[in-house]
Amino acid sequence: MSATVAMPSRLTLFWRSFAENRGAVFGLGLMVVLIVVAALADVLALHTPIEQFRDNFLTPPVWAAEGDWHFPLGTDDVGRDMLSRLIYGARLSLMIGFSVVAVALIIGTTLGLTAAFAGGVVDVFIMRMVDVILVFPSLLLAIVVVAILGPGMFNAMLAVAVVTLPGYIRLSRASALVELNRDYVTATRAAGASTLRLMFDTVLPNCMAPLIVHATLGFSTAILDAAALGFLGLGAQPPTPEWGTMLAGALQYYQRAWWVLAFPGFAILMTVLAFNLFGDGLRDALDPKLKR
Amino acid sequence: MTVLMQAHDVVRHYKVGGGLFGTPGTVKAVDGVSFSLLAGKTLAVVGESGCGKSTLARVATLLEPPTAGELTIDGAATAGVDADTRRKLRLSVQMVFQNPYGSLNPRKTVGATLMEPLEINQRGDAAARAQAAREMMAQVGLRDDQWGRYPHMFSGGQRQRIAIARALMLNPRVVVADEPVSALDVSIQAQVLNLLMDLQERLGLAYLFISHDLSVVRHIADEVMVMYCGRPVEQAAKADLFAQPRHPYTRMLLAATPSVDPARRQLQVSIKGELPSPLNPPPGCAFASRCAHATARCTAERPDPRPLDGHMVACHHAESIG
Repeated sequence: MSATVAMPSRLTLFWRSFAENRGAVFGLGLMVVLIVVAALADVLALHTPIEQFRDNFLTPPVWAAEGDWHFPLGTDDVGRDMLSRLIYGARLSLMIGFSVVAVALIIGTTLGLTAAFAGGVVDVFIMRMVDVILVFPSLLLAIVVVAILGPGMFNAMLAVAVVTLPGYIRLSRASALVELNRDYVTATRAAGASTLRLMFDTVLPNCMAPLIVHATLGFSTAILDAAALGFLGLGAQPPTPEWGTMLAGALQYYQRAWWVLAFPGFAILMTVLAFNLFGDGLRDALDPKLKR
Repeated sequence: MTVLMQAHDVVRHYKVGGGLFGTPGTVKAVDGVSFSLLAGKTLAVVGESGCGKSTLARVATLLEPPTAGELTIDGAATAGVDADTRRKLRLSVQMVFQNPYGSLNPRKTVGATLMEPLEINQRGDAAARAQAAREMMAQVGLRDDQWGRYPHMFSGGQRQRIAIARALMLNPRVVVADEPVSALDVSIQAQVLNLLMDLQERLGLAYLFISHDLSVVRHIADEVMVMYCGRPVEQAAKADLFAQPRHPYTRMLLAATPSVDPARRQLQVSIKGELPSPLNPPPGCAFASRCAHATARCTAERPDPRPLDGHMVACHHAESIG
């Protein structure tokens, strides 16, 4: 193709409108840091996350009077290095967020598109099931699901995926219904396309923008819910260095050793903040209606 | 001359309302339409909004089955055939839509959009499909370097060219055009109309051309059918219809065409009132409530189309009015 007209590509335009939002860029930066830390956990961490140093129970962070450079952020009640546990925890949290979102996105979108295309009884059935899920507060329902399946990180992830499904189903169904009325869908149908092709090749790509935004924001919900389940003892089990589980274990020491509680909490806060800021920025950049 | 599509007394009704407690009603969107489409000829369907033009288009493209009546494509019946045959029949009728901004998939490049129909029907290999799509681009006046562009990079007229090209990719015999130029600038309308006429001549296509713009119809049509409230009220060759309209509604439509020349403005017949609801049409002639010539017979008895001087007219008083 001869490039006679220098038209900025879609990506360039998108980046420009995204970069206008400083919070979003900050969120993106934080996300990149988290991902790098999680990926390089083996290199960055000073110790393994479960190694116990029997001489160093509840050592304070390095800047405190009794700090030790071996344990930059101190140790917990059984002498494990906080920093190493947090670094490995980042890997876990991102993994949880990614898996939960992936499962919920794939299943939710498929169900939502099915509801939109099939209509009638199928539509009513799927949407009423969604209503049933939405009736319960999400964490409560997640607890119920884990109680049925048994505690553990995998089951906690499954539970969080189930309670976040309704958002994806409703969003994809609503977007699909809008797109279904467009003429290009009719034209593709007139060309003889099968329903499956219409669903995933014609309609789905045009519904992706809101779904991507919802998935990004869903990342933080997933991490938060999984941490909450861990905190309640229903998610990852000790000694897994999951942030919520770390919080639960440290609860009884908060008066003596603030760092065992503060750092995992801070890690959760920053991760959730990063994904929320990034998600908001993404939505503003993708949705022309919100542009000023 | 070959008849490519024939409709006999085609009816399309929709059930509406009902719900849990309501009484369901029937909307008679299309209520007894007959026509033949000849190769290389254009039948224009004219009428105001809500008269069933677009429903007729959807029935003609087999996107919706007719509730009653017969529709044959190239002599083959479309009702009571198995799904595979229907699919094949459907491919020989393609559609061009009104709004070129909504009729192209925003996520597909021009090339991908044009190749898609061939891909779906597994015609040729990838190279052959690309070749066919490039040839079609040239036919509708698109440049080769626009192959990789997305619809949002084109103007309305160019998009409509893409839409026409897509409709022709499967070599249809019949093209149903649902107000293909009404969303375009007047300066572009003529270009697109001329393109449609060139393609018709070259490929021997039959057009079912739906429009509410009489000047456009005058330009492109061979035969005109005027619809009112789901029924054809007058059908005649273009020249006859414009020279001597027989139905009072046709006369009103023609009189309502705006003119720049004050002397040529015909305001002696003005259109009063609204289209009656197709949910609950009046028992007699649907147009009676707005017609200056209406009598007791018009409100009691529905006029059926009957031949008169080469027109088909559905009016009890056609002779006395004309």
